[in-house]
Amino acid sequence: MDRVPVLKIGEILLVSIQIDLDDQTALQLQEDLSDRIVETGAHGVVIDISALEIVDSFIGRMLSTIAAVSRVLDAETVVVGMRPAVAITLVELGLSLNGVRTALNVDKALEILAEAKQVRGVGVLTVRGSDDVPL
Amino acid sequence: MTELEEPQRLPIADDKDVVRVRQAVRVIALAAKLPLVDQTKLVTAASELARNTLIHGGGGHALVGQVHNGRRAGVRAEFVDTGPGIADLDLAFTDGYTTGSGLGLGLSGSRRLVDEFEIVTAAGEGTRITVTKWAR
Repeated sequence: MDRVPVLKIGEILLVSIQIDLDDQTALQLQEDLSDRIVETGAHGVVIDISALEIVDSFIGRMLSTIAAVSRVLDAETVVVGMRPAVAITLVELGLSLNGVRTALNVDKALEILAEAKQVRGVGVLTVRGSDDVPL
Repeated sequence: MTELEEPQRLPIADDKDVVRVRQAVRVIALAAKLPLVDQTKLVTAASELARNTLIHGGGGHALVGQVHNGRRAGVRAEFVDTGPGIADLDLAFTDGYTTGSGLGLGLSGSRRLVDEFEIVTAAGEGTRITVTKWAR
């Protein structure tokens, strides 16, 4: 089975989806990412979808689920690199990507994650995850 | 209805077949010179409908190819299954309604993404959905 690699860079997990995802591979990525967030204590996840030619309702739901699960695990997810044609299609399809933060590129995503970490800074020093400022 | 030219018949029996169907539709959309946004819309609709054929229809097949209508070229895809069919079409086309675990956007959403959408179904009779996107 195909598997999408999850790379750890500092406190960030980086996923760049370079294949045409089938549904099983999408579900596997969801699981792999959750495991890796817990394993590494990463505070941020960046998912690069610039190679994706389409985002249908299944992949859209995967992105929403990853964002929600990562938040519960004390990590913020940012989706980057959506193609304009994909964005237009998503809106027309009726998919809102609820709760998914997006950025135009990886640089911008890293800025967002750095800010998010600062906001939580004090909480991180005391009891991590128990007294977060809501994001 | 205009004739489907040199149709390709693709089985839809698992996840990988859904990927193959959207790849085949993309190749034909490129050949028919559909603009990029329209290619993306059609491929996305094909992905939703192929998944419906797999999950709700219990598998089936797709027929994809070009069509011509006077001066215009277009791409057509048919999705055929012999599954349980759809008893209540109004309900099935309601955004957010689902009998599976999805988001309920497959049918209603894909109809918004194409130029022509035809559905033939009845309870116990299977389902045939035909979509067409025309080059501008």
